[in-house]
Amino acid sequence: MQKLADFKLPQFFNYPPCNASRILQPVRDTREKQIHLWKELILDYCKSQKVFLIGIEEDFHLFSNSAIDRSLSHEARETFLSAILGEGHAEWLDKGHRKCPVLWHRIQDWAYIIILFVRENGLEDSVMTVEEIQLEGIDRTILMRALKLVENKGKLALFKGTSADDEGVKFSV
Amino acid sequence: MASESRIESDGLFNAAEVTTSGRPVLRRNEVECFLLSSVDLDSEDDPPRFASLRSGNLILTTHRLIWIPSSQPNASLPSSLPLSSITHIFSHKKSIKSMFHSPRIRFQVDSVVVVTVVFRGKGDFDGFLAKLWECWRGRAWEEDEKSESEASSGSGGGTVAQGLYGNDGTVRMVGLAGILRKEQEQWESTDKSLQDAFQDLNALMSKAKEMVSLAEKMRQKLLSAPSSQNGGGDDEEMGSKEEMQQWMLSVGIISPVTKESAGALYHQELSRQLADFVRIPLEQAGGMISLTDMYYHFNRARGTELISPDDLWQACNLWEKFDVPVMLRKFDSGVKVIQNKSHSDEEVMSRIRTLVTKTETLRTGVTASDAALTLKIAPAMAKEHLLSAETKGLLCRDMSPDGLRFYFNLFPEIDPTDLHLVKDFGTYGEWVKATSLLSV
Repeated sequence: MQKLADFKLPQFFNYPPCNASRILQPVRDTREKQIHLWKELILDYCKSQKVFLIGIEEDFHLFSNSAIDRSLSHEARETFLSAILGEGHAEWLDKGHRKCPVLWHRIQDWAYIIILFVRENGLEDSVMTVEEIQLEGIDRTILMRALKLVENKGKLALFKGTSADDEGVKFSV
Repeated sequence: MASESRIESDGLFNAAEVTTSGRPVLRRNEVECFLLSSVDLDSEDDPPRFASLRSGNLILTTHRLIWIPSSQPNASLPSSLPLSSITHIFSHKKSIKSMFHSPRIRFQVDSVVVVTVVFRGKGDFDGFLAKLWECWRGRAWEEDEKSESEASSGSGGGTVAQGLYGNDGTVRMVGLAGILRKEQEQWESTDKSLQDAFQDLNALMSKAKEMVSLAEKMRQKLLSAPSSQNGGGDDEEMGSKEEMQQWMLSVGIISPVTKESAGALYHQELSRQLADFVRIPLEQAGGMISLTDMYYHFNRARGTELISPDDLWQACNLWEKFDVPVMLRKFDSGVKVIQNKSHSDEEVMSRIRTLVTKTETLRTGVTASDAALTLKIAPAMAKEHLLSAETKGLLCRDMSPDGLRFYFNLFPEIDPTDLHLVKDFGTYGEWVKATSLLSV
């Protein structure tokens, strides 16, 4: 996972009420705005840094603010990440709610990207393993969901290979 | 001592004990009452029954007449005569003859001997005579006999102190044993008085209990159905019911009957008084004051007849029924305050807005104490206003190790679709400027 120092943090990142290291805003309208801003910020960051997955307890760059010496509370992280999931109609990848997939593209967007990818590389009617599909380092889970979506549209077929985790794709785009 | 033994020098008087400075030694319970100087005591009989005592001080006590020679050398010794032996005092007849004579008293001793007391000096003769009658009639010696015949070891009640000190402050020499005994007697007398007092207190308490149960019965009666079963005399019944209510109110009992209506008269009056009173403290507190603060102010001003918190609460609640310029208000947090009806939340909000949009406070935010100082109101009130402003969206909060701080709410000005956009106009821009002044 790349961490580029040149991601520019917006000004409000240093606004103490926004940073909410201990509490989220109690007033509903204000809180909703706070969550919204964070959601957009996280998505922006993940898109620019090609982050597909955030571990809630991991050292995620945005979650700690060395400038004002604070880091987000667990409650805040969970709230923001839930908002991310809601946006992308995604789910926590684990029962313990620790792994959050970040869909800075929606699944259907990824499906569209796959189709474009197939067309641009002349892979219509070809067969390849899932592993071989390299799309910006896309996370496997997300890729599978996108592929399934394309499969539903009838533009590819998924099949299992010789080993259990060796899946293949036949495009018929 | 029961009766004095007559060890006399000349048949009538006893030898009187005197101190080295010539003061008479008083007996227990004996109190000195009067003193006259230049007194002669003569026997009226012929031949005289006793040798005359010339030129001495005559001291009247509750028990005796004591004659002490006023100058040495004197042929006579200090002498005393118990008042108990006086059988008759002759009335003093004023005649032309007596005007030229020195004043004198004549009394009879043992029904036989007549003594003449001649006063040659200047003194309050009349006062002496009156006192003599008083002491003779007082018969103090009889009480002594009574208390001594009771075989108690010296508990003489409150008269002990009298016996030790003369009326004019002379101290009777009694020695250490006497002092200790006196102390002992005082303890016992105090103890007895306390016991008596507690008896009274117990009696009072049981009476009080009766009173309370009586008042409770009356209260129950008032609560019960007003329609009388007897039919006739309804007016009387109502009249006496009202009287009862008034009486109960006057002793401070809340009337349950009128609770649902405008409120008991007591509370109405209190409510009006309170509305008048709150004006000044309210002004001083900046237009809003907590109920607890007002409770303190009001009771402090009253001094006595303090009101209970419940009374205050009820009085405030009654305001909405009267046309008074003050009102009770309850914040979301539960804090209750008194404020002027004319109080404007908008006005306070605008003052808060001015405060938090200053360059410094944009950056640092404000605590309740900061706001209290600037707005000149109590910190608890300031906090309520800040919370209220937060609910209205003017402010938002941050919890830091220093505590709770409130900031001007910038969230509305930030565009989620363009996170880096900072408009030229608007407070967000000012905030950025304020913070960048400090950035390294």
